[in-house]
Amino acid sequence: MAFSAIIKAGLLCIPALIFLVPKSWKYLLTLILVLAGAVLTMIWSIPLLTDFTNTVGTKIIPLVSEGKLVLTIDRLSAFFIFVINLTVITGILYAYGYLKPYRNSKSNIQLSIHYFSYLLLHYSMLLVVMLRDGLAFLIAWEIMAVSSFALVIFDAEDKATLKTGIRYLVQMHIGMFFLLMAFLIAGKETGTVGFDSVGTYFSSHPNFGLFLLFFIGFGIKAGFLFLHTWLPDAHPAAPSHVSGVMSGVMIKMGIYGILRVVFQVQNDFLSIGLTILIVSILSGILGVMMAIMQHDIKRLLAYHSIENIGIIGIGTGLGVIGLAIQNPFLIITGFGGGLLHVLNHSLFKSLLFFSAGTVYQATHTRNIEHLGGLAKKMPWTALFFLIGSLAICGLPPFNGFISEYLIYIGMFRSLAHSSMYQSIILISTIVALSLIGGLAIFCFTKAFGIIFLGEARTTKADEATEARFTSILPQFIPVLFIISIGLLSAWFAQPVFSIVQEATPHPETIILTTPVLEDLRSINFAGGIFIGLVILILLYRQRHLKSRHIAYEPTWGCGYTAVTPKQQYTATSFVYNYNHLAKPLLQTRKIMEEIREDEIFPEKRTFVSHSEDLIRKYLADKPANWLLSLLKRIAAMQTGKIQHYILYAFLFMLLVLILTYLKIL
Amino acid sequence: MNSAGIIAVFMAALIFPGIILRTKSIASGRKGPGIFQPYKDISVLLKKGSIFSTTTGTIFQIAPAITLASLLCAAFFIPFGKYGALISFDGDFIFFSYIIALGRFFSIIAALDTGSSFEGMGANREAFFSMLLEPAFFILMASFAMATGYTSFTDIFINFYLSGNNFMLIFGLLGIFVFLQTAMVENCRLPVDDPKTHLELTMIHEVMILDNSGFDKALIHLGTYLKFALYGLLIFNLAVPPAWTLPVQIACFLVIQVVLAVIVGLIESFRARNKMNKNPKYILTISGVAWIAFIVILLVGERFIN
Repeated sequence: MAFSAIIKAGLLCIPALIFLVPKSWKYLLTLILVLAGAVLTMIWSIPLLTDFTNTVGTKIIPLVSEGKLVLTIDRLSAFFIFVINLTVITGILYAYGYLKPYRNSKSNIQLSIHYFSYLLLHYSMLLVVMLRDGLAFLIAWEIMAVSSFALVIFDAEDKATLKTGIRYLVQMHIGMFFLLMAFLIAGKETGTVGFDSVGTYFSSHPNFGLFLLFFIGFGIKAGFLFLHTWLPDAHPAAPSHVSGVMSGVMIKMGIYGILRVVFQVQNDFLSIGLTILIVSILSGILGVMMAIMQHDIKRLLAYHSIENIGIIGIGTGLGVIGLAIQNPFLIITGFGGGLLHVLNHSLFKSLLFFSAGTVYQATHTRNIEHLGGLAKKMPWTALFFLIGSLAICGLPPFNGFISEYLIYIGMFRSLAHSSMYQSIILISTIVALSLIGGLAIFCFTKAFGIIFLGEARTTKADEATEARFTSILPQFIPVLFIISIGLLSAWFAQPVFSIVQEATPHPETIILTTPVLEDLRSINFAGGIFIGLVILILLYRQRHLKSRHIAYEPTWGCGYTAVTPKQQYTATSFVYNYNHLAKPLLQTRKIMEEIREDEIFPEKRTFVSHSEDLIRKYLADKPANWLLSLLKRIAAMQTGKIQHYILYAFLFMLLVLILTYLKIL
Repeated sequence: MNSAGIIAVFMAALIFPGIILRTKSIASGRKGPGIFQPYKDISVLLKKGSIFSTTTGTIFQIAPAITLASLLCAAFFIPFGKYGALISFDGDFIFFSYIIALGRFFSIIAALDTGSSFEGMGANREAFFSMLLEPAFFILMASFAMATGYTSFTDIFINFYLSGNNFMLIFGLLGIFVFLQTAMVENCRLPVDDPKTHLELTMIHEVMILDNSGFDKALIHLGTYLKFALYGLLIFNLAVPPAWTLPVQIACFLVIQVVLAVIVGLIESFRARNKMNKNPKYILTISGVAWIAFIVILLVGERFIN
């Protein structure tokens, strides 16, 4: 017994070796440890995901020989384990090329901390989805927050990065506070703290209040609107492989938590479902609306995370509403679509962050207004970004469409027998989802077009070269999954449905999945036809053009011949008319100095247009500033003179005396 | 017989643009070309060589093919009366809408690939206006799904008039109106865009394809004709009860296509183009009409109150 404890303790120390081995070995060691963790957890989880019979149940692995600390893996955990491992492995593979320039500039200890935190983030996320005990869960949750903080501040030499990191850390702990409160309230009744006691609490109390605490706690991590204020800063500040992992999987831990709680809810279904749905719709629409205004490529992607969390939330909310109105089809497609979108988003978002990172390394700028024409210089990166863009817009035959389709079809099918209120909810959600799709297309045609197409706008973009194959190759992993989910959807949808079946036992759901899987096969067939048509037309085109005269000329300038790259449409001009429409919501400001009348020879001027995140301004910045100024005023008492402090003590004693005399104390 | 739909789409695409052209020429008192002139133009384009801008790359080369393929693929989903579509499944109209959006995505980025500010302007407008249009189609299809209880083009159209409720006629009319308007905006016709305008600054679709020539331009033109035909056939399906016999249906089909083309031609002859910044309001109105259709369904289905 003691011997196995020693082995376990020894295993725990292996990650610390990262600090001891020489610089060039650190990466390899991290890679091996990430893979080891992934292989171990996949061995546990894959059987749960591939067996669709209802008898699989959960797998329990005791961590310590005596005591209650166990790892519990059910299908939901298994699914998230798969998502985590996939993106974390891609991330570490991509990191090899991405961190290469830093290998000389960063010190030994900085690199050690970075790799160690990466490993810690991976393991803590795995633990988060496997631990059911409240205290252990919160510890894993905390390790996740701290390790990701260490990853975000990799460029801590930059003051802004450090500030962003601290802001992130503070907000994570606000979320932590809500979670702690929620767990303690649930645990007060049963005596134990954990997800199991949440279920016990739910069976004997109104559910909405406790759910709301959990929703805020987990929602801050997930980045739902109103709780997202850390997100648009933290993603751009972090190195790209970290942003990919954070946006791809870490924020999904919030979704995991919400699902874990939602699956135990016993009453108040409608109010809970509506809360999730409304917040998600707002996240989806406002997330993408704010994303359109961003010119920092990684910030743009960060806002898209809010949008996609919204889509996942829409699915989840619909699932809960399905539970409320006893509509098994809505349950299975709502939860199923939401869950599949978790996987889909982790794939295309990490891919987009990786390719954006490659662009950043090649051009040293994240401002898309300085880019342009990169498709010719970086063809692979352009291809990856394009695939990511098409998938994130939910366009067939890529994976984003499949999950959005599931959410859509659940709503459309439920409309037939719905009451007035239900149909209004459903149809509004349909409109929201279609609008999100349209806005996403607007945003990504802009992003892809301005970054990769046309002519280079600056010399930085002009001198860019394609990244080395070490950065290119890992990106094929998400691409492969994006395409296979798009074309072999049923394979991926079936495990997802079985998760929902396990979590929400509803006898009808098993029968209902068969036609949906059949429809998914039709979609894949149609996707195949589309690809076939494209290939056919392109082949014919090639044959046709061979026999024709082909000439190459400059772009037609409508008669104007002295065209320069600066005259191209910019990102700002692309969003001009949109901006006009969205102004009341987005508050774009122009900072410029008008030319005065008496200025005969105007001086050099700058023009900056800036869009503000109103929610962040009023929900985070303003209260924080108010608190700061209040504290500063109180700090005036701290004079540093001993006489004053004695006076304070005297006044305090006087106060106590008076209060005792008045029998208040 | 499931291929009736796709054959009808091609038929409609064949005559539609010519009739519009002919109507416009008659309305303006010109002698005008024959109704197959658009296809003669295409055959001329096919004979020509191509000029590519040196700025452009692969995207520009493949985009017209992808756009056309997306529209051809969309044609597989259109039924013809009671003869179902070639591919039909629950929610096929979602795929229909999104595959068209995919084609649009490529035509937008192809325009941006030229690096021309004019084409960027067109790309922006196309993206912006179609984004505003997106909800209209989905509200309408949702109302259909609600009214009939079915969720595929084929099932919806077969069951549309089966309920025997005459108020469905109002609903059908609203649906036809929305489809027609959607077709006009999607194809960049008046009053949102004027395909025959001569100033690049005021174009939407035409300005996006300034640099396309030869084979690619032929593909783009074919795509526009096909797109009109897709919506024309949707309108036909909505207007004609599938219970009617095949000859009657074919006759109705031809009449409806001709009437639609004439209406489009007349609108284009007698209406001025909207001011560009009024377009968002105009397009959002289409969604407004779709909302009315939804309310009609609530009324027809007697779903108020409960």
